Amino acid sequence: MNRQNRGEMPDPIIKVRNLRKVYQTGRVSVEALRGVNLDVPLGEFLSIVGPSGSGKSTLFHIVGGMTPPSSGEVWVGGRDLSVVGDSGRTELRRTTVGFVFQKFNLLPNLTARDNIRTALHISGRPTDVFDQEFLDILDLLGIAGRLDHKPSEMSGGEQQRVAIARALATHPAILLADEPTGNLDSANSLAVLTLLRDLNERLGQTILMITHNDEAAQYGHRIVHMRDGVIVETSRPAGR
Amino acid sequence: MIFRLVFENVRHRPVRTLLSILLIAVPVTLILALIGLSNGFLEDSRKRSAGVGADIIFKAPGGSLMTFSTGALPQKITDVLLTEPHVVQATGTLVQPIGGFDSINGIDIDAFGKMSGGFTYVEGHGFRTPDDVLIDTWYAQQRKVHAGSKINLLNRDWNVAGIVEPGKLAHLFAPLAAMQDILGSTGKVSQVFLKLDDPKNAEAVVASLKAKYDGYGIWSITEMQSLISVDSIPLLKNFINVILGIGVIIGFAVVSLSMYMAVLQRTREIGILKSMGATKGFIMSLILAEAFVLGLGGTIAGILFSFAAKWAMHAVAPASLPQAIVYSWWPIAGGVAMGAALLGAVYPGMMAVRQDPIEALAHE
Ligand SMILES: Nc1ncnc2c1ncn2[C@@H]1O[C@H](COP(=O)(O)OP(=O)(O)OP(=O)(O)O)[C@@H](O)[C@H]1O
Ligand SMILES: [Mg+2]
Repeated sequence: MNRQNRGEMPDPIIKVRNLRKVYQTGRVSVEALRGVNLDVPLGEFLSIVGPSGSGKSTLFHIVGGMTPPSSGEVWVGGRDLSVVGDSGRTELRRTTVGFVFQKFNLLPNLTARDNIRTALHISGRPTDVFDQEFLDILDLLGIAGRLDHKPSEMSGGEQQRVAIARALATHPAILLADEPTGNLDSANSLAVLTLLRDLNERLGQTILMITHNDEAAQYGHRIVHMRDGVIVETSRPAGR
Repeated sequence: MIFRLVFENVRHRPVRTLLSILLIAVPVTLILALIGLSNGFLEDSRKRSAGVGADIIFKAPGGSLMTFSTGALPQKITDVLLTEPHVVQATGTLVQPIGGFDSINGIDIDAFGKMSGGFTYVEGHGFRTPDDVLIDTWYAQQRKVHAGSKINLLNRDWNVAGIVEPGKLAHLFAPLAAMQDILGSTGKVSQVFLKLDDPKNAEAVVASLKAKYDGYGIWSITEMQSLISVDSIPLLKNFINVILGIGVIIGFAVVSLSMYMAVLQRTREIGILKSMGATKGFIMSLILAEAFVLGLGGTIAGILFSFAAKWAMHAVAPASLPQAIVYSWWPIAGGVAMGAALLGAVYPGMMAVRQDPIEALAHE
């Protein structure tokens, strides 16, 4: 099953035009984004690279509805994020995007299963049964046997796979992964990257991934290079 | 799922949870013990006043049911009241509070015995000298005295002549004449008990006495029984209200502080929930649910402590106030604790709701 084949959507799932973001800290204002333009079609696996402070996370935070844009247009899943308010952004996070972070960010007191069930509960889905598509995802992630463990009882690689499962449990159109391998050793990094590629190829999951690692970036269909708050280059990975 | 999140949060910080619950339990226990004590005391007073065997109680003007004006009535009034229709017996007593909830009652032992059916002696005998007192078994147990012992009351040494079964007016009795002497109330009594030919006539007699003795405190015993309640003791009512107020303040402060700390400690987790699309209502309900659990825990602990208080009081001072367990006050004490807890959680809840998700996630 491929999502690209399901609904014919001519428009890209993410459309960013002249996006600016200014952070005001006291008297100092930081221009984190200074005119970003980006289109991401449904089903794409996009890598984003760039030096520290270039605005990669800020772009994710805006696209994922964690903070509003200062100016410009940001269309995500048909919503214009420059006009929706706080509750609109909450709704977007609940229904349209799933976040995966460098630090895993699992709820520490809950088991893997309860972390996933919390996400399901928040999105208003039944929490006692997992649907078939999600069971397939769990299969792919290979954590079915670890669901009753708490984060502290799992390796970093396992925690990150649970975090991916949690992000995908509500079937978001877009997965935003901000340096998902940043805290993993090379073997676990490889496993997670392979999984992301599998999720994209087999299930058609749209994925945006920030990475500092050039090899990791090669897993995407396309690599966007950022510097000083703008996209300076878009390239294709070697051999893909 | 909210339950699970709250449960794990509460379980994960057992010391904080336990401390909060214990602190909330304190006012709940206070309220229940106080209510238990007053109800126990009132129930005991009711029983003891019924034990007199009278149908009507007669007090001087201005005297309220639960207060005694020592020697406010001339003793001769008993003879006058005996001439009233239906009145077959009349006996006056002189009441002197001796601190706490106890008082010495000066009685004419013959007339009082006749009305009440007489004392049942567990030890000793009736008055033989002016220094004799009778005490009931409760008081004897509390003071650890026996017939023949000396006890000091009103700065005098008395001889315990006899120990009697409880349930008749008071715990301590002395000869009326001796009491009148000591108190300088020669020929005076505090109250007069009347017995009628038939208790059915009580209301009619009360009405005619009231017409005759304007302003005097005149009640049938039945009416008096129903009047013996928390409301008849204004000071007690105020005290209960003060304790209720303290309960609200403690519950509010404890939960405020506890949840404030919890929100700070869980900043990151709140950020995680927000990144998953948790609404403000969801975050708020988590905080309130946790406060609810603390309030409920405090209520249950407070109820258990009130049993413990009752047990401890009985073990330490068996003849002191009997503490009743008043079930009807459980929801009130619990409501105060939970209401205060929920109120206390509102500000921390707003703090959590207002947190910026990006900043919360960056929190270490
Ligand atoms: N909440 C904020 N308040 C103020 N300034 C911020 C905030 N978030 C980001 N910035 C600033 O915006 C700029 C871009 O930050 P951003 O986190 O997007 O960079 P990044 O590309 O993700 O960097 P890294 O690779 O280190 O994660 C930086 O200069 C940063 O200091
Ligand atoms: Mg970043």
